Amino acid sequence: MATDKLIIGGREFNSRLMVGTGKYASFEQMVQAIELSGAEIVTVAVRRVNISDRNKESLLDHLDLKKYTLLPNTAGCYTADDAVRTCRLAREAGLSDFVKLEVLADEKTLFPDNEELLKAAAILIKEGFTVLPYTTDDPVVCRKLEQLGCAAVMPLGAPIGSGLGIRNPYNMRIILETVKVPVIVDAGVGTASDAAIAMELGCDGVLMNTGIAGAKDPLAMAEAMNLAVRAGRLAYRAGRIPRKLYATASSPLDGVIE
Amino acid sequence: MEIQVNGESRTIEPMSLLELLGTLDIKPTRVAVERNRDIVPKREYETTLLAGGDIIEIVQFVGGG
Repeated sequence: MATDKLIIGGREFNSRLMVGTGKYASFEQMVQAIELSGAEIVTVAVRRVNISDRNKESLLDHLDLKKYTLLPNTAGCYTADDAVRTCRLAREAGLSDFVKLEVLADEKTLFPDNEELLKAAAILIKEGFTVLPYTTDDPVVCRKLEQLGCAAVMPLGAPIGSGLGIRNPYNMRIILETVKVPVIVDAGVGTASDAAIAMELGCDGVLMNTGIAGAKDPLAMAEAMNLAVRAGRLAYRAGRIPRKLYATASSPLDGVIE
Repeated sequence: MEIQVNGESRTIEPMSLLELLGTLDIKPTRVAVERNRDIVPKREYETTLLAGGDIIEIVQFVGGG
């Protein structure tokens, strides 16, 4: 099959899996998991430097920035203003204009506040950011985000960290028919089959953190997710057979012994 | 003079932002700094002189999803 690159904001990627850097037992485990996942885009959060305890190692000491594209997030932001402020800091710290924009509505669901999200996206796009917004699986909001100029849309499969998988594959299909920018399923993936389902639906990529970092064996799960995303993508491109209610014989009916 | 760094009050001698980062043992390349809500570009760390009452925020990348 022809090469199959993921293009976001004019940049090409071979891997369609994006992974987070949170919740790992150690930096060593994180580095190994990312390596095994095959991901080229890794998300990071922006937080205050701990000035009273300077012995803590820095995340960037462990990530090979020649190998990975950092995607700073705005996790923990509940207003457009906070999210925009965080993105500006992220750009200054990382010298890249890629941002995973999330504006949360409440702590219990961590669902996006789409009103604030659209407001923040409009400001950031004017300022030249490449915006990848985390949003609900709402085709209308995804269309509005695309119209604003977002480089991709990232609908949730299910609540962050829930591991519930793709709760509404039909909405995901409508989103895929609605927008032309890449559709990345962000959040909700619990195991390999969830990632494969997202890719089989035709999604352009999957972003996950807890699904790998929270597994009993994060390294094995990282590899499983790598395979699942590739398998799902390949199956999507191969074109599955239609579902039928009754059997169709695989072996010839002629020449059966009598 | 007194300034605030990441929410904590500090008494410092007059100095530049670059010197402040030095006293805090922070590598300038790995962080972003806000002074009174405005981002200070890295090339201006050396020429930015801190003033009493300044509110400084120093952030870095940490693990996240």
